[in-house]
Amino acid sequence: MIRPLLAALMLTVALPAAAETVAITGGRVVTMGGAGEIARGTVIVRDGRIVAVGADVPVPPGARIIDATNRIVTPGLVASGTALGLIEVRAVESTDDRGTRKSDISAAFDAGYGLNPDSLLLPVARLGGITSAIATPAYDDAAGRELLFAGQAAAVLLGGAPMLMKRGVAMVLDMGDAGAERAGGARAAELVALQAIFAEVRDFARRRAAYDRGETRDYTLSRVDLEALLPVVEGRMPLLVSVNRASDIRDALAMAREEKVKLILEGAGEGWRVAREIAAAKVPVLLTPIENNPVSFEMLGATLGNARRLAAAGVTIAIQGNGNHREREMRYNAGNAVANGLPWQAALAAVTINPARIFGLADRIGSLEPGKAGDVVIWDGDPLETVARPVSVLIGGVEQPMTSRATELRDRYLPAITQNRSTGEKQ
Amino acid sequence: MGSAAERTVLGAGRLVGAALLLAVGCVAAAQDVGGGDPFTSTYRPAPHPPLAIVGASILTGTGAEIATGTVLVRDGKVEAVGADLAVPDGYQRIDGRGKWVTPGIIDAHSHLGVYPSPGTPSHEDGNEAVSPNTAEVWAEHSVWPQDPKFRLARGGGVTSLMVLPGSANLFGGRSATLKNVPAVTAQAMKFPGAPYGLKMACGENPKRVYGGKGRAPMTRMGNVAGYRKAWIDAADYLRRWEKWEKGGKAGDPPKRDLQLETLAGVLKGEILVQNHCYRADEMAVMIDVAREFGFRIRAFHHANEAYKIAPLLAKEDICVATWANSWGAKMESLDGIEENAPMIDAAGGCAIIHSDDGLLIQRLNQEAGIAMTAANHAGMTIARGQAIRWITANPAKAMGVADRVGTLEPGKMGDVVLWSADPFSVYAVAEKVWIDGVLSWDRADPRYQGSSDFVLGQPGQEFAR
Repeated sequence: MIRPLLAALMLTVALPAAAETVAITGGRVVTMGGAGEIARGTVIVRDGRIVAVGADVPVPPGARIIDATNRIVTPGLVASGTALGLIEVRAVESTDDRGTRKSDISAAFDAGYGLNPDSLLLPVARLGGITSAIATPAYDDAAGRELLFAGQAAAVLLGGAPMLMKRGVAMVLDMGDAGAERAGGARAAELVALQAIFAEVRDFARRRAAYDRGETRDYTLSRVDLEALLPVVEGRMPLLVSVNRASDIRDALAMAREEKVKLILEGAGEGWRVAREIAAAKVPVLLTPIENNPVSFEMLGATLGNARRLAAAGVTIAIQGNGNHREREMRYNAGNAVANGLPWQAALAAVTINPARIFGLADRIGSLEPGKAGDVVIWDGDPLETVARPVSVLIGGVEQPMTSRATELRDRYLPAITQNRSTGEKQ
Repeated sequence: MGSAAERTVLGAGRLVGAALLLAVGCVAAAQDVGGGDPFTSTYRPAPHPPLAIVGASILTGTGAEIATGTVLVRDGKVEAVGADLAVPDGYQRIDGRGKWVTPGIIDAHSHLGVYPSPGTPSHEDGNEAVSPNTAEVWAEHSVWPQDPKFRLARGGGVTSLMVLPGSANLFGGRSATLKNVPAVTAQAMKFPGAPYGLKMACGENPKRVYGGKGRAPMTRMGNVAGYRKAWIDAADYLRRWEKWEKGGKAGDPPKRDLQLETLAGVLKGEILVQNHCYRADEMAVMIDVAREFGFRIRAFHHANEAYKIAPLLAKEDICVATWANSWGAKMESLDGIEENAPMIDAAGGCAIIHSDDGLLIQRLNQEAGIAMTAANHAGMTIARGQAIRWITANPAKAMGVADRVGTLEPGKMGDVVLWSADPFSVYAVAEKVWIDGVLSWDRADPRYQGSSDFVLGQPGQEFAR
């Protein structure tokens, strides 16, 4: 009885802001959509959605105007490969919901549950211009664990409750060093295990009724894991494979081809060495373009030129941040890719429309186009620059507070310093 | 006789003199409480042509910004810096127009070489985590000069760095201050004459590492008891040596103790305390511990909460080496803010942006830019000339080498970076890096990008990283 009432209350609270019509005027609008870049444009957001974008768009009567003159207007950034909403303090286990130690919930682990819209990390990410994210499960690497899939990633919004935008946007799997470790210590073992699992899932799909009657052979996977992998083997849910070594990337591409599963590569430290093969397979890549450190034997070919070379070969790339608390650095990572040869437009695409496309969200987010969510960021300079910052962030047409716990801490302690200093100077 | 030759002779003379002094120092020191430095630096910069970088915007590291100026470097030293300098004959002329020049970047907190790449167990030599007090270990004995990250850091403009032991222990051991030059031995990287640091650690790490083993320290109060107990032993050790020395060194000297030797070096003011410490309240306790035993803390590292006690840290003249972006991995870093370094600076303190990381060390300039921008956004006024000190002059101070590096002032080591753009911009890259006047990195010339032995012949080395 209480629930409907609560829902109604929440709606009425949420409505006034969302129902507002907002006109962002005068800015340089980089739409990342068909309209390209508009030197001096207007973006109209009504009821949380973009309704018009252009140079000669009239401001509707009654619209609240946000003056973006001399500012840059972009779509909100889309962070991929994060745990935003799933983690608070890494060293505090009770605040870390990225993964499970339970052995019969592997593929079935769903990051779309247990999301925390009150996480302190969300305002910090928003202040970096991030408006949505792919909340991605991580393996809980307790000793002796042998779990092939980390689980399913979910698309989330950072504008407060409810966070969930879309469940099951990818199935997360480590290959390479980490995957081999979980499969018993060798790459070959993981590839064989994957073949066996996919065969089992297909078998399960054909014999579900028999399975429920107990008339099938014993499967190695739990029922929930079998169910969770159905959309993967049917090619509806992409397999998000974390992999770095050139040969491992080739193995992943071959596996996907043979098993007819959709693939997204993450990491791809040596991706540039097999860029043409990745492009030919039409497989997108999520990467951290500053990763040039040969941190392991699967990363010997890591280079700052990775993003540029992948993009030049025609691979769709998305640029990631530096993880959770440091997710806001994704725009600097994109800037560093530009410093190393990636065209600026391609770098901005890699933090907006590309991740939206890769995760099947391009109908909702990733560009400033009519019909899409009113996720808009207004910047006081180049969004990829260390020396620029967002001045305004809208999610679903609602202006977000430009504060975080960190800025509150700053504002608590700053006056004592500046007052002390100015008194000192007077003396 | 040309002046160039004269100066070369003079320079060489000085070098020999310095080497003699060092050698004498070692002999003497071996007899006293300090123990000396048996692992003498063998670093000798190569000869180089005199150099003039002309027409660039210059951040001198002293706080000044010269809109367009010239930097002269000869015999490994900065010779002159100014807006209207004539370039003497015979100088190699570098066109700096449209570019920026800064002192070489200095990282006051690195684990390069002791946690090298690739990160295999065979290479993890940064934490002697077997006892909460391992003041007897020296980071330089773990430094693997073939760590590929040294080269990557050079590409980011880093010319000097302090390599520290990890933070598992209350006393982690001695730091190694290095020039970031390609070398086959650690001795050939050692910053000549740089004082040692002693790595200490507050907070969660020591109590987690040892408490987890069911031994002390298990709590923060256990940490502090551990420090005080060690300093009592060190004071006693120092007294025994001083007694022997005051007694005309009659009879056998006290037996050397490597652990106490390092701690006594701190009490004598010769070794600089580099203290990993996140929380404001713990820093305040450490200041009291230092006062109790009569030593000084040179720098708090990481220090995410330093801004809460910025006036105290400024008054105590303790540097703060921190980040702009890192926070939240642990409870003790939950209150980290972007403006930490600028707030220390605004309080009149010594602010440092450090890396503690193999990727961040390649872009300390950007991290400083982020902190500077955040501060100015919050209504503070931090100029570029001031912010560059966070990664040049101030780390030099924390490392005890501010008389040698960190600014572009005549007589300082010729450690210079030529940037493609405003160094705080994400788009700025280090085009050329000189160390002691020697071109050590050239982004456009593979001859100056020499990779470490480890990556030589490995797959995927066709392109500069």
